[in-house]
Amino acid sequence: MSILVDRNTRVIVQGFTGKEGTFHAQQCLEYGTNLVGGVTPGKGGTTHLGRPVFNTVADAVRFTGANTSLIFVPPAFAADAIMEAADRKLAVIVCITEGIPTLDMVKVRRYLQDKSSRLVGPNCPGVISPGKAKVGIMPGFVHRPGTVGVVSRSGTLTYEAVDQITRKGLGQSTCLGIGGDPIIGTDFVDVLRLFNDDPETEVVVMIGEIGGTAEEEAAEYIRREFKKPVVGFIAGQTAPPGKRMGHAGAIIAGGKGTAAEKTAVLKEAGVFICRSPAEIGDRVLEALGG
Amino acid sequence: MKIHEYQGKEVLKRYGVPVPRGQVAKTAGEAERIARELGTKVTVIKAQIHAGGRGKAGGVRLAKSPEEARQIAEHMLGRTLVTQQTGPEGKKVLQLLVEEGLEIERELYLGMVIDRATARVVVMASAQGGMEIEEVAARDPDAILKVYVDPAVGLMPFQANQIAFGLGLDGPTVKSCAKFVRNLYTAFVACDASLAEINPLVITENGEVLALDAKINLDDNALYRHPEYADLRDLNEEDPLETEAAKNGLSYIKLDGEVGCMVNGAGLAMATMDLIQLAGSMPANFLDVGGTAGADRVAAAFRILMSDRHVRAVLVNIFGGIVRCDRVANGIIEAMKTVQVNVPVVVRLQGTNAAEARQVLQTADFPFQVADELAEAAQKVVAALRK
Repeated sequence: MSILVDRNTRVIVQGFTGKEGTFHAQQCLEYGTNLVGGVTPGKGGTTHLGRPVFNTVADAVRFTGANTSLIFVPPAFAADAIMEAADRKLAVIVCITEGIPTLDMVKVRRYLQDKSSRLVGPNCPGVISPGKAKVGIMPGFVHRPGTVGVVSRSGTLTYEAVDQITRKGLGQSTCLGIGGDPIIGTDFVDVLRLFNDDPETEVVVMIGEIGGTAEEEAAEYIRREFKKPVVGFIAGQTAPPGKRMGHAGAIIAGGKGTAAEKTAVLKEAGVFICRSPAEIGDRVLEALGG
Repeated sequence: MKIHEYQGKEVLKRYGVPVPRGQVAKTAGEAERIARELGTKVTVIKAQIHAGGRGKAGGVRLAKSPEEARQIAEHMLGRTLVTQQTGPEGKKVLQLLVEEGLEIERELYLGMVIDRATARVVVMASAQGGMEIEEVAARDPDAILKVYVDPAVGLMPFQANQIAFGLGLDGPTVKSCAKFVRNLYTAFVACDASLAEINPLVITENGEVLALDAKINLDDNALYRHPEYADLRDLNEEDPLETEAAKNGLSYIKLDGEVGCMVNGAGLAMATMDLIQLAGSMPANFLDVGGTAGADRVAAAFRILMSDRHVRAVLVNIFGGIVRCDRVANGIIEAMKTVQVNVPVVVRLQGTNAAEARQVLQTADFPFQVADELAEAAQKVVAALRK
């Protein structure tokens, strides 16, 4: 098993024929993802990368039976694209787009409230279940199938963690980035719940960063309900307050959301803490009792 | 994007949020003229900088005549104001807001932000105006009224009433205050704000409700749909290196350490800064060159790092996922031809084609130090610093 994406995943790409969409759709196909088509309004009826292009998500779902969407639509139109996918009840919507206005995401979250779809992102690297499906922009080759679940707010730092785990001779069940924006579709607790119920996942690596309270909520959930060992790292110990560290969400505001606070609550919840990002692989071995 | 108080008030006025009469002055002469035109017994002279805590630092002063307004303006303009929020280096005062003095009966607090947990705009109000909301929250959380806005319908009149009554107002000020709250919400949404803080919101002796101060931040991601706000950016308030970086598509924040860092991805960039600290030094900056780390961006990044004279060594940490490391290595070598780099450079490239990249760097003219692992890279750069 794995979470969110697997061999039954049938992906359409929104923003299929654009530069980013084309490049990453190609990479997903090469990885072996079951990519069944794409959407670019106005280009319906054509073929791209050997897959059919549709004008609307509704058409794409009707003709391909897709259950997952991967979004590369530019920021100004991305909120609409997410809502279009949710309207067609796609089970998983992964939005890669960076730079969506925050108030657009406020509307999106409201729209998703009574929909069955799960949104991952935006401003995220996507989801991969190694050997099964890659629905995102991560480099497939650093992953290998296994039992470590990885969840993070960032992109390249996730690849770094995965790479360390793979070099220790271990593999991953599912890895995903939940996104660096203040408002995202899926948070740490959502992902931990899924990992909790996934028999294949034995240990979870959670990589947080400064800003917000998502890590604190995760710590509370881990303490209360989570049955598996968790390895944690919080990026941004050296970040000064009031400065936005690249990610719109990574900002210490009003003295809240520091790495020290977050690390402390995770530690209290029994999480194996990495002081250095170079220790992630070793801590996973430790957590597995090796 | 942060904007000045006077700019924030101009924006608010457009949406029917009452603010005191006033104008911005760049010279003492202008300040005197504005004070004369306002014609009130007292005028208030307020330094326009992008930081709070001005009052306690002498950045807000009362003038009893237009002549005194001129004297105060002469004193304040060109001076550096150090407040609790500016850091020890302070900020230079180049503009003043000259406003009418008001007879104030009550000072309240009103703020709006986007709450991450609920994904909604939250309206916060407190009867303790003038105080930092964080202080009030820490001491007496129940003293803060909170109303969450459903974006499907917007802020409802009953919610504005909850705020007004909750603040203990009565009589006609309830209606004025509720209208103020509604109009502020309209402004917040219309200009894609990420923060709107009115501290204090004042009730005058005549029962008027006005924004005595206004702190408005605009969402950078939404600026594309507000070309009218582009010229509100005050480059004097921004670090010139950060501005230069943004022009080149780089995300850069200057810090106080001595190890310049260049990293792809914000999370990995923060993690790299942490590593440097753990290895015994401090990062000079946060710098995200973006996922693809192209040659032109790498060159721009080196230029920016080298113009910070505190940088005594550089650590490049790129995780090549989709982007190939050998291509990044070649980009770094290209960049070295156009930028004078006279400090040790440690490069750690991991991921696709890392071995090829190592070879490229080791045969280059520049004496790069190459590292494979994260911890090793940090140790090498700190060692280079100590030589």
